[in-house]
Amino acid sequence: MADLRVNFAGIKAPNPFWLASAPPTNSGYQVQRAFEAGWGGAVWKTLGDPIINTSSRFAAMHFNGQRVAGFNNIELITDRPLEVNLKEIYETKKRFPNHAVIASLMVEPKQEKWHEIVKKAEAAGVDGLELNFGCPHGMAERGMGAASGQVPELVEKQTMWAKEAASTPVIVKLTPNITDITATAWAAVQGGADAISMINTINSLAGVDLDTWNTVPNVAGKGAHGGYCGPAVKPIALNMVAECARNPEVNIPISGIGGISTWRDAAEFILMGAGSVQVCTAAMHHGFSIVEDMIDGLNHYLDSKQLASVEELIGKTVPRYSNWGDLDLNFKVVARINEETCINCNKCYIACEDTAHQCIEMLKSPGGNKFLQVREEDCVGCNLCSIVCPVDGAINMIEIPNGPPMTWNERQKAIKQPTA
Amino acid sequence: MKMNRIKERSISLTDLTKNFKEIEPDLTSKEAMDESNRCLYCYDAPCIKACPTSINIPSFIKKIASGNMTGSARVIMEANPVGASCARVCPTEELCEGACVLNKASLPIMIGNLQRHATNWAIQNKTQLFKAGAKNGKSAAIIGGGPAGLSSARELARLGFDVTIFEAKEKAGGLNTHGIVSFRLPQNISSWEVEQVESLGVKIRTNTIVGRDIQPKEMLNEYDAVVLAIGMANVPLIGIEGEQANGMFDAVEFVESTKTPPLNTDLIGKKVVVVGAGNTAIDAATCSVRLGAANVKMLYRRTAAEMTAYEFEYEFAKQEGVEFRWLTQPVKIIMDDAGAVRGIQCIQMELGEIDQSGRRRPVPVAGSEFILEADAIIRAIGQKKHSKLIEAFGLEHTRGTVKVNASTYQTSNPKIYAAGDVIFGEGQSEAMVVTAAEQGKQTAYSIYKQLVENSMAQTS
Repeated sequence: MADLRVNFAGIKAPNPFWLASAPPTNSGYQVQRAFEAGWGGAVWKTLGDPIINTSSRFAAMHFNGQRVAGFNNIELITDRPLEVNLKEIYETKKRFPNHAVIASLMVEPKQEKWHEIVKKAEAAGVDGLELNFGCPHGMAERGMGAASGQVPELVEKQTMWAKEAASTPVIVKLTPNITDITATAWAAVQGGADAISMINTINSLAGVDLDTWNTVPNVAGKGAHGGYCGPAVKPIALNMVAECARNPEVNIPISGIGGISTWRDAAEFILMGAGSVQVCTAAMHHGFSIVEDMIDGLNHYLDSKQLASVEELIGKTVPRYSNWGDLDLNFKVVARINEETCINCNKCYIACEDTAHQCIEMLKSPGGNKFLQVREEDCVGCNLCSIVCPVDGAINMIEIPNGPPMTWNERQKAIKQPTA
Repeated sequence: MKMNRIKERSISLTDLTKNFKEIEPDLTSKEAMDESNRCLYCYDAPCIKACPTSINIPSFIKKIASGNMTGSARVIMEANPVGASCARVCPTEELCEGACVLNKASLPIMIGNLQRHATNWAIQNKTQLFKAGAKNGKSAAIIGGGPAGLSSARELARLGFDVTIFEAKEKAGGLNTHGIVSFRLPQNISSWEVEQVESLGVKIRTNTIVGRDIQPKEMLNEYDAVVLAIGMANVPLIGIEGEQANGMFDAVEFVESTKTPPLNTDLIGKKVVVVGAGNTAIDAATCSVRLGAANVKMLYRRTAAEMTAYEFEYEFAKQEGVEFRWLTQPVKIIMDDAGAVRGIQCIQMELGEIDQSGRRRPVPVAGSEFILEADAIIRAIGQKKHSKLIEAFGLEHTRGTVKVNASTYQTSNPKIYAAGDVIFGEGQSEAMVVTAAEQGKQTAYSIYKQLVENSMAQTS
């Protein structure tokens, strides 16, 4: 069994699976149950001036019979008194000294406010702090959360204020509701952050009730935008983590958040540069016990890759993430349909015919059986057919030799060079 | 078994081995993925409670969905050392699948098939799932290498005991190796389970009969604990005239003869009658069909409502073309001059008053005798007990059912524990493989408690 322990920016935990700052980490009771179930760390639900929450808070996006493809909430930061949270943090840390307890913090953008809350949280014994610059609703209207997280100067300044008072590592949690996340990540670095975490939730409206014309969810007939998370946001989060991981100026550890439900998702984020991962929606859907398979599955995966520790996996794919201009334009794959495994649903055919490059042919064998074949010379290797194919192994994308590598950047360079 | 998943139903008369290949195909990876993602991952799940070995079913299914196949197989085999066999022979519709909450909303999860899929993966990938525990200096002898004995041995080895299994037959595995038809449970599945136990350092002394090759007294002197997991013996005679005829079979021996090649071709085109309507009777009947018999009838003196065979077994037998003759009692075997079976004389029954078993007693209808033609007759009217061996150990028993303490599985001799079919009967226990597996585990925990934990408590 591999060593799953992590040292994330100085925060030590028995494994990289942490609960994100969210409803599951609302109280000591919950966080302690989570640690008993196997979670390696928890980012406490954001501390600040307690707010008043609405009733009717969550909604989900179900997709073709699968529940909770995406999840939307309009719940705000903690609605419990600061002293109660601090007392429970203290008790939790005492019971679980080797688990990571991180306090998520959000206050008005004022130096003294940051100093005050940082000192209080650290006095309770936390292993680190996470600055919530991401909450997209409710708090933003008061100049906090995403409202400050969208302004690089505010990110930098508030990080600095927190750092002035902090003796434990400071993680800055970034909002995805921004054009280029590396800009705010860089601001966090400038402010002295020890690490960044991403992504917070994405502005969203879960749906509209077609009978009542109310929004989903609605509060007494009115709705407001919420924050979107869950499996559906994973590709967005993964890209943002990857963009920061490959940016040499964002040279601090990253905690990956966004749609992580299984050990596979976690391993992808870790490969893309995350030193720990944070989970919320999957735990809210299935309970804390899901961490058992995350640990077990990651362990078996690391064993199968002959890696002794999870830290050896961190960032292994980062060098392979690049710019479009650096991709080899001469690389060629084509689709090949395996008649043995094909079940003749013809989904690939119609996808290619109507919406791609019209290169799959419906043919008939001498025996009268219909079969599908790709006209490889016309196939551009778009993958669409293999994406819509419902059966494993029925369509393979095959690499075929196609001349020496040439990227767009190399091509442009070659064009500019005067011929001798 | 899911009847609609059985694609190949034809019987080959030229190559009988084809008929004995596993009949229900493994789930394809797509089926397994679709089905495992359909599981709700219930909390406090009723399927776990319905499993006698308490397999954490949502956990192993979630692991299939996440692609953690080693972990999935481990969860299954951890709780049930014969979990690959049980995936095939458990009456899942009465256990886990019957308890699935989706019965109320749509269709239950195919738990048995998912379990088969995960354990097949472990078998194909030659995965070693468990390790022996650090030696605790104690030893245990297990008599019988069937489901109960193997489970006991596996857990004892993990708890650090030096374990020896005494197995009368050439191969261990008991009923799973010898007694369940190959087209439901191929022998290599049971062999893998045996190997998993052997790989923990458990010694299996095959072809070794206790009472002949080693005496009970010797055994009690040599080992710190003894587990009696000897199962049941052969099928008794029906007790009617003509049973000495050629062409009479004991159902247990009959099924066993089909487990290892070569298959007997004598029944091709013949008429077979099976007496009895339990699971072994069904196995004998469907084996006969697959050995090429032209006609197979099952006789039972009561009706379908009283028979002990599982519903899915009955359904399978019907689909295999087995004819059921209810309320039919055999009276006499008819044979020719050479002493070969030619038929069976029967009498029609009707149901009378309720008897001690709570079922209506079948009573003969006067003058209703008739004869059924038959070339072979298989008796499957239950199994005898190994009373002699039980008495050689001096254990208390009721008609061969060994009495045990329900919580410790200790017999009247506290050094001897018992599990499996040897404690089934007289209203005690159940005859399922999965029950035997659980009892085997429990004997191991009980032995550990008595011999290791208690002695630690005394010394500390």
